[in-house]
Amino acid sequence: MRLTYPSSIKVIQVPCTGRVDIVHLLKAIEDGADGVYVAGCLEGECHFISGNLKAKKRVQYVKKVLEEVGMAPGRVEMFNLSAGEGNRFAEIANEMFNRIKELGPSPLRIKGAA
Amino acid sequence: MIVADRKPINEILDMVKRCNKILIVGCKGCVTVCNVGGSKEVGILASILKIARKKEGRPLEVDEKTIERQCDPEYVEQLKDLVGQYDAVISMACGVGPQFLSEAYPEQRFFPAVNTTFFGGALQHGIWAERCAGCGTCVIHYYDGLCPVARCSKSLLNGPCGGSANGKCEISKEVDCIWDMIVRKKMEQGRLDDLVEIKPAKDWRTARDGGPRKSIREELVQ
Amino acid sequence: MNDLKPGSNLEKILRAGHFAFTGECGPPKGANVDHLKEKISHLKGVVDAVNITDNQTAVVRMSSWAASAILVEEGVEPNFQMVCRDRNRLAIQSDVLGVYAMGIRNMLCLSGDHQSFGNHPQAKNVYDIDSMQLIALVRKMCDEGKFLNDEEIDVPPRLFIGAASNPFADPFEYRVYRLAAKIAAGADFIQTQCIYNMDKFREFMKKAVDMGLHEKCYILAGVTPMKSVGMAQYMAKSVPGMDVPESLITRLRGAGKGKVAEEGIKFAIEQIEEFKEMEGISGIHLMAIEWEHRVPEIAKRAGVLPRPTV
Repeated sequence: MRLTYPSSIKVIQVPCTGRVDIVHLLKAIEDGADGVYVAGCLEGECHFISGNLKAKKRVQYVKKVLEEVGMAPGRVEMFNLSAGEGNRFAEIANEMFNRIKELGPSPLRIKGAA
Repeated sequence: MIVADRKPINEILDMVKRCNKILIVGCKGCVTVCNVGGSKEVGILASILKIARKKEGRPLEVDEKTIERQCDPEYVEQLKDLVGQYDAVISMACGVGPQFLSEAYPEQRFFPAVNTTFFGGALQHGIWAERCAGCGTCVIHYYDGLCPVARCSKSLLNGPCGGSANGKCEISKEVDCIWDMIVRKKMEQGRLDDLVEIKPAKDWRTARDGGPRKSIREELVQ
Repeated sequence: MNDLKPGSNLEKILRAGHFAFTGECGPPKGANVDHLKEKISHLKGVVDAVNITDNQTAVVRMSSWAASAILVEEGVEPNFQMVCRDRNRLAIQSDVLGVYAMGIRNMLCLSGDHQSFGNHPQAKNVYDIDSMQLIALVRKMCDEGKFLNDEEIDVPPRLFIGAASNPFADPFEYRVYRLAAKIAAGADFIQTQCIYNMDKFREFMKKAVDMGLHEKCYILAGVTPMKSVGMAQYMAKSVPGMDVPESLITRLRGAGKGKVAEEGIKFAIEQIEEFKEMEGISGIHLMAIEWEHRVPEIAKRAGVLPRPTV
């Protein structure tokens, strides 16, 4: 569709967002990602039945645990869209990009940050 | 299985605040089955601790190891070349684990990452409930397979009390009244007469009240 | 019912066939003896015995044995309540001997509300024995003169043993069997939980009478006058094992502002009149907690004064 989304977003493809585990999201943050989001099928339309629901719960868990250690839970997010929604994909990318811009760089990247 | 819940992250961080390099040891036994201390959870805890410490500007080096069980010396022994290399070791096993580790490696400091709670089973994936109080004198057959010692808030042997309402315990609507269940089962099975005879006062000596317990099987001791 | 008589006033009145009338008083949340004596002064001569609660709803108050002993000093007969929540069998037997030595002659054996209700929810749960076993234990101490471990007691106690019955808790069908069990365990008298659902209570009493329980034990019906619509709603919603019919709440509301307490008393008196005639009921247990000063008036209007002396 040749729509643009910010180049600072790295896309990692998985067969189903159910494959994304808690530790993957944490490792992304740990390794310095300013934000990480999971884009899965619309609820009720998961190709693998309920993978996206599992992902949703895992994202919620990671948000909670990040908050416990003083990290903004907004750095991690779950979005749902259908495979054909190119516009929505770009929309989500921009939304997350703007949110992270507002939150600023991850405190893990700032040397000596409290 | 023995069920436990992970301690709050900040409590664990506080335990290792003076450490720079730690090991987290998981257990493939009960805590894996209740998803709180197996290799997956070890990985999650390791990552969270590293994130928190990195944020503080005081990075923490965390290694991970999960052994078969932490309640048997043969498995605990497998850690002997490892434990000395760290400032402290976190155990994600039930309360038995860190104690066995501490005994085997007295020079090292072991911290419990979980709060061990009860003996129970899964009601469904993700929800576990208490079933056994470890009283040492099992009498569930008197109650058709329902244990009032563990599951009645007052451990009544001759219940229910006057607070049982709509099948729930007086302490909370989340708690089923086990005596309601026992009586209904007896009524359904036509065995209400079983409850006529008053069960006498329990001998708590076989429970923890009698002191820390041991179980010895002579035919197995070498 | 056994032949060995403790000789308490309540016992004598019941055995003589009179309709008994007992009251209740919670000890102070401190060592405020004056306040206790003031509350008791309203009940003296108006009731046959006064129940003294034991850390009611798991809130710490002066111990029931101490408050009961003060009542004895004041010339009012206590009905000493003991719950199983806070003490083990050693303390229980010890207290039974203690209260008897202090002149207390009636004892009510209860399980006790769970400590999570009260002001020290962090406390360790005792419940070494349950209320059924407690009744049996006190019976054993009195009748056999033996401790739970069968050792001889050096001057055994003699107590008129009571138990509580809640006809409205679940499972409803089982409640009369539980009452039977408490009587079989050795209860001399029963005080029920406060009654509001008269239909259900009549049903319960019919079963109890059919089983002949009223011949083995004196049953006193519990009455608590409603002071306000709020009280009725609270009891309906938040007190486990309490059955407050919607019709009563409606009736109270209909009485109009400022007149609800009077309506509550009217209802209580209607109940008392019915209980006087109800088969199997040997008396009333009036629980007008923190309303002790209204008891003489209620007693007069209910026609239970003067109290008989035996």
